[in-house]
Amino acid sequence: MLKFTARRALLALIILILAVSLLFAMIHMMPGDPASVILGPKASPALKAELSQRMGLDQPLLVQLSRFYADLARGDLGVDVFSDREVSDIVFEQLPYTLALVLTAIGGATLLGVPLGCFSAIRRNSLLDRVTAVMSVAFIAVPSFVVALYLLLLLAVKLRWFPAMGAGADGDVADQARHLVLPAIALGLGWVGYIARLVRASMLEVMEDNHIRTARAFGLPERTIIVHYALRIAILPTVTILGLGIGSMLSGALFAEIVFSRPGIGKLLHEAVITRNYPVVMGSVLVTTAFFVLSTFVSDIINAALDPRLRESGKSS
Amino acid sequence: MSSRAGYLSVTLASLRKDPLGMMGLIIVVVILLTSIFASQLAPHDPLEVDVYNRLQNPTWHHWLGTDQLGRDVLSRVLFGGRIALKVALVAISVSLGIGLLLGMMAGFGPVWLDRLLVVCFDTLRSFPTIMFALAIVALTGPSLNTVIGVIIITSIPVYARIVRTQTQALRDNDFILAERAMGASTSRILGHHILPNIAAPLLILASMDVPAVVGMEAGLSFLGLGVSPPTASWGSILNDGYSYLRNSPWPIIAGGIPLILVTLGFTFLGESLRDILDPKLRRKGGET
Repeated sequence: MLKFTARRALLALIILILAVSLLFAMIHMMPGDPASVILGPKASPALKAELSQRMGLDQPLLVQLSRFYADLARGDLGVDVFSDREVSDIVFEQLPYTLALVLTAIGGATLLGVPLGCFSAIRRNSLLDRVTAVMSVAFIAVPSFVVALYLLLLLAVKLRWFPAMGAGADGDVADQARHLVLPAIALGLGWVGYIARLVRASMLEVMEDNHIRTARAFGLPERTIIVHYALRIAILPTVTILGLGIGSMLSGALFAEIVFSRPGIGKLLHEAVITRNYPVVMGSVLVTTAFFVLSTFVSDIINAALDPRLRESGKSS
Repeated sequence: MSSRAGYLSVTLASLRKDPLGMMGLIIVVVILLTSIFASQLAPHDPLEVDVYNRLQNPTWHHWLGTDQLGRDVLSRVLFGGRIALKVALVAISVSLGIGLLLGMMAGFGPVWLDRLLVVCFDTLRSFPTIMFALAIVALTGPSLNTVIGVIIITSIPVYARIVRTQTQALRDNDFILAERAMGASTSRILGHHILPNIAAPLLILASMDVPAVVGMEAGLSFLGLGVSPPTASWGSILNDGYSYLRNSPWPIIAGGIPLILVTLGFTFLGESLRDILDPKLRRKGGET
C-alpha cells in the first residue's frame, strides 16, 4: 500500500509539473508579448520595457521557468498587475467562498442521492425508481449555468425567496447560508442523479450477495439488513467518486459564482481573463489544477485501500 | 450493403420499443432540421435591430419576444442552433479522429510509447476543462475557433484513453494472433480488425458527448468568451438576457430551452442506442 501510494504521489507530482509547465509555455509562446497586451497598443516602448523587466519577461524562457518554479516553491505566485498585491493572497482570499459552495453542493447531493438510489434499488421498477432514472439521466448533462439562470429567474427575481447576488454579510451565518442555497443547487443538481444511479447499481449487486442471504436467514429486520449490511458496502464506489466530484466542482463552481455574483475562484479567474491580468489567471488556474490533481490522487488512494486488486496491478483509471 | 441496411432497421425497430430513446431521436431530428433550415424558418433576420420594440414579451409578431436591441429572439435561437451544431460536429469529429489514432498507437505500440502517451493524456486531463478554456481564451482572445480548439484539446485524451483500453483488450485475442501469423501488417490489423470492433461503442460515446460540447460552447459564449457579437449563439442569447434579466425573462427562457432539449435528446438517444448495440457497456456505465 505504501509503495502504491508513493508511486501514485510521484505520478501526480509529475503530471502537475508538466501541466504547469505547459500552461507557462503557452503564455510565452503566444504572439505578442504579455507586456504590450497588458498595457495596450498605445503604451510607450519604455513603459513596456519596464514592465517586461519587472515581470522578468526579458530573460530567456528557461531562466523564467526555473525562476517561476523557485518562486512557486516559496509559495510566491507573483504580483497582480493592477493592484500590486500578492496573487497568492488574492487567490487564498477567494478560495474559502468556493470551498463552502462546493462542499454544500456535494454534501446536499449526497444526502439526497444516496437515499434516492437506495430506495430505487429496493423498490425496483416502482414509480420512484423510474422517475429517478429519467431525472438522473436528464439532470446529469444539463449545463449548470442554465440551471443557475432558471433558479435565479424563478426563485430569486420572480418569487424573491432567495437573494439574487453576493455571498451574504460577513459574520452573519444565516444570511450566508441563504446566499448559498441557489448556487449550491445549481452546482449539485446533476450530482444527485449521478450519485443515485451509482448507489442503485451497487445496491442491486450487493443485495444478491451471500452475506445478505445469511442475514435474512438469521431473521434480521429488513431495515437493519439494508442499512447496516447492504448500504455500508454499496456506498463505497460513491465515496471514491466524491473525491473526483469535489475536484471537478471546484472549477464548475465558476458558472454558479458568476450567475449569482458570488465571490470565489471562478469569478476571480473570469475577471482576470477579461482584464488580461496574467499573474492572476495563472495563479487561479494553478491552484484549481493542484486541487484537481490532489482530489484525483486521494480518490485513487481510497479506491486502492478499499479494493486490494487495484493495488497489485498498480493501475487505475 | 444489404447486411448494413438490415443492421440499421433492426436498431430502429428496437428503438421504437423504447419510448425515451424514440423521444430522444425525435428531439435530435427536430433540432437538426430547425438548425439546417434556420434561414427558411426564421421569421426575422436574427441581426435586425429594432430599437422601438426592445425587450418585448411574446407576441404574434415575435413568438419569443425581442431582446435588448429589439432583435427577434426566436430567429436568434434558430440561428444559434447552427453555431452549436457546427461546433459539436467539428470538435467531436476532429478529436475523435486524433484520439482514435493516438489511442491505437498507445494500445498497440511498444510499451515506452504507451507510457509516454498515457502521461501526456493524463497531463491534459489534469486541467479542469473550463479553467483551461478560460486560460487559453485569456491568451488568444475570444473567438469561435478558440472554443473549438479548446474542446478538441480537452476531448482527445478522453477518446484516446478509451480507444487504448479497448485496443489492448482486443490485441491479445486469438483472431488477431491468427491474423498476424498469416503475415498481416500492423495497419491492416488496426484498420480491418480493431477499428470495426471499437467503432460502434465509440460513435455512441461521441454522440453522448454532444450535449457536453454544446454546453461548453454555450458556457463560454455566456461568459462573453465565445462567439463575438452580434452573432447569435444560445450562450450569447443567455448572456444578453442575463444583463436585462429584470426587464424581461424571455431571452433567458428562450436561450435555455434548446440547451436542455439538446441535452435530453442526445442523452436519451445515446443511452438507448448503447443498450441496443452493446448491452455489456450498460453494466459498466460506459466508463473505462
